[in-house]
Amino acid sequence: MSLAQSTGVILAKELKTEFRSRELLGTTLVFVLIIIVLFSFTFNPTASESRRFGPGLLWLAFLFAGSLMLQPSFLREQANDTLSALRLAPIDPFSILAAKMAANFLFLLLVEVILLPVFAVLYNIAILPVLPQLVLVLALGTVGLATTGTVFSAVAAQARLRELLLPLLLLPVLAPVLIASTEATIGILRDPSELSLVWLTFLVAFDVIFLTTAWLVGEYLLEE
Amino acid sequence: MSTPPVSSLNSGLRITFSGVEKRYGMRMALREISLEIAAGECVALVGHNGSGKTTLLKMAAQLSRPSRGKITFYSGDAMISSDDVKRRIGMVAHHTLVYDELTAEENLVFFAKLFRLPEPVTRARQALEPVGLSRRAADLVRTFSRGMRQRLAIARALLASPGLLLLDEPAAGLDPEGQQWLGATLSGLHDSGCTIVMSTHGRNETQGSVTRAIRLEGGKITHDSGVGGDPSGVLVMATVRDSEEGDAS
Repeated sequence: MSLAQSTGVILAKELKTEFRSRELLGTTLVFVLIIIVLFSFTFNPTASESRRFGPGLLWLAFLFAGSLMLQPSFLREQANDTLSALRLAPIDPFSILAAKMAANFLFLLLVEVILLPVFAVLYNIAILPVLPQLVLVLALGTVGLATTGTVFSAVAAQARLRELLLPLLLLPVLAPVLIASTEATIGILRDPSELSLVWLTFLVAFDVIFLTTAWLVGEYLLEE
Repeated sequence: MSTPPVSSLNSGLRITFSGVEKRYGMRMALREISLEIAAGECVALVGHNGSGKTTLLKMAAQLSRPSRGKITFYSGDAMISSDDVKRRIGMVAHHTLVYDELTAEENLVFFAKLFRLPEPVTRARQALEPVGLSRRAADLVRTFSRGMRQRLAIARALLASPGLLLLDEPAAGLDPEGQQWLGATLSGLHDSGCTIVMSTHGRNETQGSVTRAIRLEGGKITHDSGVGGDPSGVLVMATVRDSEEGDAS
């Protein structure tokens, strides 16, 4: 079975189980909403402050959402040792990681797309004129978040204190994505708007490096 | 419940373990295992908890790599690749290896697709019939009893008509009727040439087809009834020792 086919089969299973329970999506959505509202009440920013600090707060909220949402990615497979069932199948082991990355990317992107209008209203930022550029940065930043997070979720799932370990591993490694995404978003929301090619290239490079690394070490990551 | 159709089953695989050792940190789980299991044998692994039975089965399933030594698989006289081995292994483990959030049918369709079986839905429905779960096919697995989950786990393991069936205490959670059915199923698989390796505790209905018994202690093989030997001595010894330990505790 080709990598794309087996990834597609596992991805379909991931989406079916999550949309059936909606546990993870619902919890993460509420969690990020609370963070965005709390940031807004705490800082009470002016319009210019919002454009300057808002993107950082937004990406910080997405980062927290990622660390919450990515945790169960492999923990769910431990209940009935279904990870072993996947590893017993005659498929490329990377397809297990790739399907989880794709599912996490879609879940995170969905949360971000729902929360973006809330952010725009609370921080009084006009996002409609710059929506295509914003979506591009959101997608690239989220690929980095989902890729790295899924890899570390696989590592943390096999360790003791796994609930504490994932944020400890993930947050420092994702600092470059946070900085690049925030800087790119600040540029987009600035007046006049500017899409920074430097930060976009940085995000693309980060995504490619982590995807390649995950592909190279995927088989070993899933072993006991 | 009925036994699966014998005509659809693969021929058995031969496995050789050459000086296999497995270490978890400082603990040796398996020591110097050199063993050949012929195609079509039905081997019972017996021994205390922690004696290395599960580790041996996991390594045969390629879920765990040996720290030393080598495991080789043959179909007839030809050595076969890791991917081909996976295609021909069925496993029933301690855990059920099925998703609680999916229905019984969805689980089997999912695994049938991963094994690239033709007509996965038909195949899944056919697999649910002999285990007596056809009427519960559309129910979520989380609503199943322990015995029903175990029967689904067995259906999942038999889905791709394996040439090597690895079973880790397969009778656990099954009622006497379920054990009888499992015994008959294993007998049918054995008659069709499938190689079966299972870990077992005490006497139960699954041991009817056993052609060879191997006792493990502290990760080493201490008794082996051998190919064509009488396994009953090792099986009885295991039962007596297990019941003595049970009495002592």
